[in-house]
Amino acid sequence: MRLSKTELILLGVAVLLAAGGFIAPQWLVFLLTMALAKAMVVQGVVMQMRAGLVTFGQGLFFCVGGYAVGMSGHFLDITDLAVLLLIGVGAAVLLAMLLGLLMTRYREIFFAMLSLAFSMILYGVLVKSSALGSTDGFNVKAWTLFGWTPASGQAPLALFVIIVACSALLAVLLHRYSRSSAGMMCEAIRENEVRVEYLGQSPRWVLYMNYVAAAAVSALGGGFMALSAGHIDPEMAYWITSGEFVFIALLGGTAHVAAPFIAAILFAVVRTYAIELVPHSWQMILGFTLLAIIVFLPKGLWSLFTGQARRAKA
Amino acid sequence: MMSLFAVLIDGTIYASWLFLVAAGLTVIYGVMRILNMAHGSFYAIGAYTAASLVGWYFNNGIGPVWAGYLLMLGCALVAGLIVGLIIERGLLRFMYGRDEVLMVIITYALLLVLEDTMKMIWGVNPYFAYQPYAEMGRSALAGLKVSNYDLMLVGVSAVLGLGLWLWLERTHQGKVLRAVIHDREVAMAMGVNVRRMFTLVFVLGTMLGTLAGALTAPAISVVPGMGVEIIVLAFAVVVIGGMGSIEGAAVGALLVGLSRAAAVHYAPEFELFVIYGVMALVLAVRPQGLFGRVLARKI
Amino acid sequence: MNCILETKGLCKSFGAVTAAKDVNVRIHKGEVVGVIGSNGAGKTTFINMVTGYLKPSSGEILFNGQSILGRTPRAITRAGMARSFQVAQLFPQLSVLENLLIAVSAAQSPFPSLLAPMRNASRIAQADAILAEFDISRWRDTQVTAVPQGVRKLIDIAMALIGDPQMLLLDEPTSGVSAEEKTALMDTVMRVVAQHQVTVLFVEHDMDVVRRYVSRILAFYSGEVLADGAPEAVLANARVQEFVTGGPHAHKRAAQ
Repeated sequence: MRLSKTELILLGVAVLLAAGGFIAPQWLVFLLTMALAKAMVVQGVVMQMRAGLVTFGQGLFFCVGGYAVGMSGHFLDITDLAVLLLIGVGAAVLLAMLLGLLMTRYREIFFAMLSLAFSMILYGVLVKSSALGSTDGFNVKAWTLFGWTPASGQAPLALFVIIVACSALLAVLLHRYSRSSAGMMCEAIRENEVRVEYLGQSPRWVLYMNYVAAAAVSALGGGFMALSAGHIDPEMAYWITSGEFVFIALLGGTAHVAAPFIAAILFAVVRTYAIELVPHSWQMILGFTLLAIIVFLPKGLWSLFTGQARRAKA
Repeated sequence: MMSLFAVLIDGTIYASWLFLVAAGLTVIYGVMRILNMAHGSFYAIGAYTAASLVGWYFNNGIGPVWAGYLLMLGCALVAGLIVGLIIERGLLRFMYGRDEVLMVIITYALLLVLEDTMKMIWGVNPYFAYQPYAEMGRSALAGLKVSNYDLMLVGVSAVLGLGLWLWLERTHQGKVLRAVIHDREVAMAMGVNVRRMFTLVFVLGTMLGTLAGALTAPAISVVPGMGVEIIVLAFAVVVIGGMGSIEGAAVGALLVGLSRAAAVHYAPEFELFVIYGVMALVLAVRPQGLFGRVLARKI
Repeated sequence: MNCILETKGLCKSFGAVTAAKDVNVRIHKGEVVGVIGSNGAGKTTFINMVTGYLKPSSGEILFNGQSILGRTPRAITRAGMARSFQVAQLFPQLSVLENLLIAVSAAQSPFPSLLAPMRNASRIAQADAILAEFDISRWRDTQVTAVPQGVRKLIDIAMALIGDPQMLLLDEPTSGVSAEEKTALMDTVMRVVAQHQVTVLFVEHDMDVVRRYVSRILAFYSGEVLADGAPEAVLANARVQEFVTGGPHAHKRAAQ
């Protein structure tokens, strides 16, 4: 596998980040792990934004990934991290393959609303499932890896190294995807779906693949979240959680594969301090930041929508 | 038979409440094409305003009971007027003409700001204003004890819905509004002051939201986050009926209200599932909603 | 001559408006057919039906002797019938080269690759070749929104040609282009099209432009084919003069 310059930089940063984990304080390692897990979900949101679709329900796959990991440990006594994550991703892929048949028929506001509806359905089911702890959720069992059980103090750092490695691999793959025919076709669909159809390509097929792939990536984030937090609850599928992912996606923009990772880390760090300093103003800061991005940085972040506006005028 | 009757009564009451909450949302979307995520916050603002003022009024025995009801409605309308004007004049008017999905995100930002603003004004402890609810007492309907306040909600909701419908269908202003809904650019070319219409409609929608909150306040405890909880519910109602349609919102509210009541009585674990399930089902079968119009596409 | 496209009794109505009424047309391989008719005569509706964008209310469409009724636009494109648009349908945020690369990629496979880069030497060579044919290579790396209208129309047609269609439907290739540029633009288009040996049907309002290139004219009026045949015969037809061209000396006015 030949690596491009961007990909080498991504891998280099990942090695530095992983090494930094050995000297960083434990709270920071934990914070970065959570941020990277969320960043994976955001990657799923960004993948769809590149195709012109805004999802207000990516929490669905975040939650499915998390619950699949938690339930496999709880009910099937599986503790191997790799197997757990695979189950999480597999569950999300199956669900996305089913929902995708329907979702790919919708665009714009209908896509946003339908994605929101599906994630709220899962939320509604989980809240009423007493076997799964209802609103409280349940604790996730400690993980092992290929027969190795980390000592109690080691687990967070080991998980951090693993998630950094996975993030790096994911970043390289997504970077390639964004430049592949399929990735470029997503942008083409955002720009002009009718033309794509008249080039002999099926927009629905491209969007379907993209939807399933985005679900897989987001579920991986959900699985990591379950393992690092050690707890899962229905909040993961709540629409406010999905809104947060959209926020981070907009913060970073869709221009570069590294953007969601950087934005998610920035988001986590700022939130940690903001909640301590001004406990009841965190959401207000988020809201004003979001408005500022939309008003002052429309071109960088909103190539997505300016493209549509221009087409509407043509 | 008894429980079926109970489902009907509960469902109708819940549907009236849903309609009150969703009416402002659908009016704003219909005219302005803004799916307003902050509508839940308007509802919460109305509830907080009413609960704090009405609670103070009754606890200190300021005046007669009937004036308490007037205070409840009046303060909510004033709050809606102020909030609606500030938001439309201060923020939204600079955003018109943008993509619909972007407008959702803008109003989402607004929701975040309003949630914390409410915490600054009212704190995080719950407010109660149960007096208007308790004062009305209960009546027996075919052996079923029903709160008179809830029955009044059904009436208010019906009057409001009919009023809105008549306004849109029968008055000159309503006709102008429908012209704006049908084709904004043509309406503008024919001399309709669309900007003023937008201000009017947004403020009206906001007032409907705060009114719904104020009417709900006596029946619940008013807590932070209440607006966030109801907004998706309101979306469900509006999406089912067809975004922007008054009669659609009424039918959507009835559909959601009755199915939720049925779920609560027969299969409580499916309560929330049913609401969003109906929404997803309608979107899947008829994405423009039951009363929505299909927009033609051109190349 | 072989018949490449045939429609039998094609009808289409939108509510009370009839956009096509019993349209029977046979196009033969290698023909260059001009379609004329005033606005709303059903020209674009005809193209939209033939390419699968609109479903006819009734009738049959045969492409190379096989029914393509009910097929999607992409299936019809893949079967060898491509089209261009009245308003150039491009990907505005992308460069001219990227627009064509997407067309090349789409023509190669209905299942785009997930990891292999879209920009590879052979695709770029193919895109460059078609740009050179249309003589627009100097716009290669410009974003399409910054390109003049006439060039945009050429890109639109180039994207349709990249899949090597047997038949090409051009919906008003010169609309939106100034009168002086029209002839140059059509000369370029017809030169390239002739090299690719494609059967062409194009919609055009300017009778001088039509006469210059076509071997046959179809005149539409309120959804019906009013006349069909050699250019001189059709343009001399009294009903065509009355309803379509607006009299023997009104060509220029019809072009507006």
